Amino acid sequence: MSNPSTVEVRNLYFAYNDEIVLENINFSVSTKDFLAVIGPNGGGKSTLLKLLLGILTPNKGSVKIFGKKPKEVYLKLGYVPQDTNINKNFPIKVTDVVLQGRIGVSKKFWGFSKEDIFIAKESLEKVGAYNLKDKKIGELSGGQRQRVFIARALSTKADILLLDEPTASIDSKGQISLYAMLKELNANKGIIAVSHNINVATGFANKVAYTNKTLYMHNSPAVNKDKILQNIGNSTEHICPVELMVNENMCLHSQDTDTK
Amino acid sequence: MYNSLIEIMSLSFMQHAFMAAFFVSICIGIIGTFVVVNRMIFLAGGIAHGSYGGIGIAIYLGILPMFGAGIFAIILSFIIAAISYKNSERIDPVIGAMWAAGMSIGIIFIDLTPGYHADIMSYLFGSIISVASSDLWIMGMLDFLMLVLVSIFHKDLLAMSFDREFAKLRGVKDKILYYMLIVFIGISVIITIRAVGLILVIALMSIPPFIAERFSSSLYKMIYISTILTLIFTFSGLSISYFYNISSGATIILVASIVFFLYLSILKLIQYTK
Repeated sequence: MSNPSTVEVRNLYFAYNDEIVLENINFSVSTKDFLAVIGPNGGGKSTLLKLLLGILTPNKGSVKIFGKKPKEVYLKLGYVPQDTNINKNFPIKVTDVVLQGRIGVSKKFWGFSKEDIFIAKESLEKVGAYNLKDKKIGELSGGQRQRVFIARALSTKADILLLDEPTASIDSKGQISLYAMLKELNANKGIIAVSHNINVATGFANKVAYTNKTLYMHNSPAVNKDKILQNIGNSTEHICPVELMVNENMCLHSQDTDTK
Repeated sequence: MYNSLIEIMSLSFMQHAFMAAFFVSICIGIIGTFVVVNRMIFLAGGIAHGSYGGIGIAIYLGILPMFGAGIFAIILSFIIAAISYKNSERIDPVIGAMWAAGMSIGIIFIDLTPGYHADIMSYLFGSIISVASSDLWIMGMLDFLMLVLVSIFHKDLLAMSFDREFAKLRGVKDKILYYMLIVFIGISVIITIRAVGLILVIALMSIPPFIAERFSSSLYKMIYISTILTLIFTFSGLSISYFYNISSGATIILVASIVFFLYLSILKLIQYTK
């Protein structure tokens, strides 16, 4: 599984109707990587994630995961969707949400096995949310719910976690602790996180892909990380001007470090 | 009171009515729960009202109106499922149009049929006291079918209802399940029309599960509580309508509505006092 390029995207194009959303995308990441996909709203970040998951199919080019099409290896992908898609009144307990990650890999058709229940428990412990196991999903805060969804993705035993805006509804302190946790999980799983918030995401990732129709890959240097982390305390919100500013800095930096 | 209850229970048409109410409660408990958690109330309303077209055509052709309504409801379910599966955001205008078109077809076909049709009202507002034992058999079998299929696929149905995209990525056959669910809504509409009529169906399909949702930590519990609530609403509505000699369907819905608004008021009160 330690293939150096677990995810390989080549000459990818994607358009909704006639509008080109992504063009000529090339990059590769391995299960050792923590990739942050950043960029402006409408820049194609979520679309890219959906292409990696096989929810969408590219118009041109290819996505290969472990050398195969995403649809053939979907069970190896752990998806953490955006929090906003969830019906918060839904009558379901945290444990039962996490158990849904066992669908498709569980040995039982009817209900779940002891192993499934153990894995669900283990996953909740890993994200530090085991104490919430009997709560209804609607009773949780945004950050807690996000941890539960990460636990659900973990319980699939996937090799790569793909997260769509995992910190969208969390305050900056919570964002840091969530990314720190993802960094820990990165020890034995690849992480690909789409994030609107450049500051935090780039602070923890070892690769940063700036996506705005096209994609620029940067290797995030440690020096920069410290600076970014220092700045986090000051910014409680991410607004477009800030984003543009940081983005500009990154492009400058890309000129001196990018090897291509 | 006790004696009068014995009295209504001894009448065979009332026994049938209570049996029908029992079967309706099971189907509302199960399908109403899925309708509410999947936010498909408008969709269910479209199927219910649209099926009036089937009643009109059946009367025109001289066949059993409930049969016409059944066929029509299932066809509508398939059409709505096909349109809403891919694009659930744009579906409202389509449902609205089907809702009205179905009713118009029904009205026009009834106009074209010679003679006066007094029984039309019973399809619009229900006639649970005129349920025949053959109807009860059909209702029972349909309930059984839905109960079995929902139990078999409960894990996947739950995953699909909670987060369809994630379920799909775990290999859940969401398309088949989605169609099944909507056809079940169509079947439930047909069963429930006998009790409260097609105009009042959505009230009964949404009120009990809506109240149950808050008190449930699982779909099972929600189904269970909705079934009990529907039983209470239908049995008390039926008894009240018998004693005061008023329409059973309307009485059942009024009982449910009063409980619903009381519930909402209590919720508001609790919020204020907190």
